[in-house]
Amino acid sequence: MTAPLIEGRDLVLSFGNERVLDQVSLAIHPGEIITLIGPNGAGKSTLVKTLLGLQKADSGEVVRKRGLTIGYVPQKLAIDQVLPMTVKRFLSLTRSVSRADCEQVLGQVGAGHVIDAQMSQLSGGETQRVMLARTLLLRPHLLVLDEPTQGVDVSGQAELYRLIDEIRRELDCAVLMISHDLHLVMAKTDQVVCFNRHVCCSGIPETVRQHPEYRSLFGVREADAIGIYHHEHDHEHDLSGHVVGGCGHDHSHDHGHHHHADDHAHDHNKAVKEGAGTNQ
Amino acid sequence: MMDDFLFRAVLGGVLLAIVCGPFGAFIVWRRMAFFGDMLAHTALLGVALGLLIGVDVRIGMIATCLAAALILAYGQRQSRIGSDTVLGMLAHSTLALGMVALAFVQGVAVDLMAYLFGDILAVNAGDILLLAVGGAFALGILAWMWRPLLALTVSPEIAAAESIPVERLRLIFMLLMALVIGMAIKIVGVLLITALLIVPAASARFFARTPEQMAIGAGLFGAASVLAGIALSWHVDTPAGPSIVISAAAIFVASGIVMSAKRHFARS
Repeated sequence: MTAPLIEGRDLVLSFGNERVLDQVSLAIHPGEIITLIGPNGAGKSTLVKTLLGLQKADSGEVVRKRGLTIGYVPQKLAIDQVLPMTVKRFLSLTRSVSRADCEQVLGQVGAGHVIDAQMSQLSGGETQRVMLARTLLLRPHLLVLDEPTQGVDVSGQAELYRLIDEIRRELDCAVLMISHDLHLVMAKTDQVVCFNRHVCCSGIPETVRQHPEYRSLFGVREADAIGIYHHEHDHEHDLSGHVVGGCGHDHSHDHGHHHHADDHAHDHNKAVKEGAGTNQ
Repeated sequence: MMDDFLFRAVLGGVLLAIVCGPFGAFIVWRRMAFFGDMLAHTALLGVALGLLIGVDVRIGMIATCLAAALILAYGQRQSRIGSDTVLGMLAHSTLALGMVALAFVQGVAVDLMAYLFGDILAVNAGDILLLAVGGAFALGILAWMWRPLLALTVSPEIAAAESIPVERLRLIFMLLMALVIGMAIKIVGVLLITALLIVPAASARFFARTPEQMAIGAGLFGAASVLAGIALSWHVDTPAGPSIVISAAAIFVASGIVMSAKRHFARS
């Protein structure tokens, strides 16, 4: 196998007495698409910040391939009103870009009309399109998306996912995507990692996508753009994301998850309800 | 014919305002006004130390501001105490320490008012040289790291993802701020320096569409405030430092009125 673009090894991080990352290892290889799912407060964003080098882990290491370019799309970029910033200037944030190039990439994401608008005046959907246009200019090896559809209405969400998939194909880059939702995951995901302070389990969504119950839940059309990932937990998460029963947070013992994708074909509705519950 | 001291005051003031413009814009964007205030408070300790040790008080002020910035950069990593609390503690304990230390300075009459409110009319050739060299240095470094610093102001995550050394840039910016504030105190004083940084930047916000426009606009508005303040002081015999700050505030109010009037007429 080729060397990973970026790899976290045995990352451990605590905020005060609370352990946010517990022996987390995650590697992203070229061209791979990994989706990170998990409840609120599971530490998904913290994991990504640690991988990006913004948060230092207490122990463990992050190995980044030399010359790696990462394009990062935050869940919600709030550019303060106090900072005047046109879309054109924002696209030149980390390196100078010509107006023609800006127009081209904005056109590609369907946001050509906002080029001279102020960033603070954009809607949530427009902001995310501009963010995606930036990644097109950056041409990264790895695209990191942190809940890219937050603050976007439901019809806009499917459209954004379609756009992300299009961009990924054009750039031919690896993708690490965080999803707050248990049920909204890209169809083309290679690997889904369920995360709640530790890697609960990971596997391919393929088996789940074919499941008739899933198709009836989301409709066949949506199913092609959006995949569902479902897995059977031997523990449940409550609304705030704390583990209830089963596996506690004392990880000195083996907590016996099922780590095989094939074991996941049970109890659909429950997982979906859980997903909906954490989204309140 | 302009008097010599008046010429020096105008030159020193305008130089300082131009340097303060871009830094003030960053203070406004990064919401660091309190940080600037804190640095200024520590300068009084620098005055006392300078007099006690027998070095130039300007060097003393700059040195204590730099030291305070370093302590603060360290202090802000401690999550147990909020960074605003760390700032407040540092600001007021160093101010208190400065006052106590000044009591030990014997034989020298320290004009406390001059440090609290500045004494632009007493600016000498040495001050101007320091402002020109130090200011050019600070602006040069700021220009060099402008794009990455702005990127991390917009989003530290985006900056980190694109291999911008976030922590290092933050520290360099804090040290440059300390340098600028250390240089500025003689002109507007400990209590008013933050105003010279943030008020012209806030006025420029009304007219700017890009960060660069705001930074340059802040420098121009600052220079205008200095000229207006000195003129006011000259003709009405008001204290110069406070007159500069009042002028900056007046420019801000006028800018606000002009912009809302423009918006009003654009609508109707």
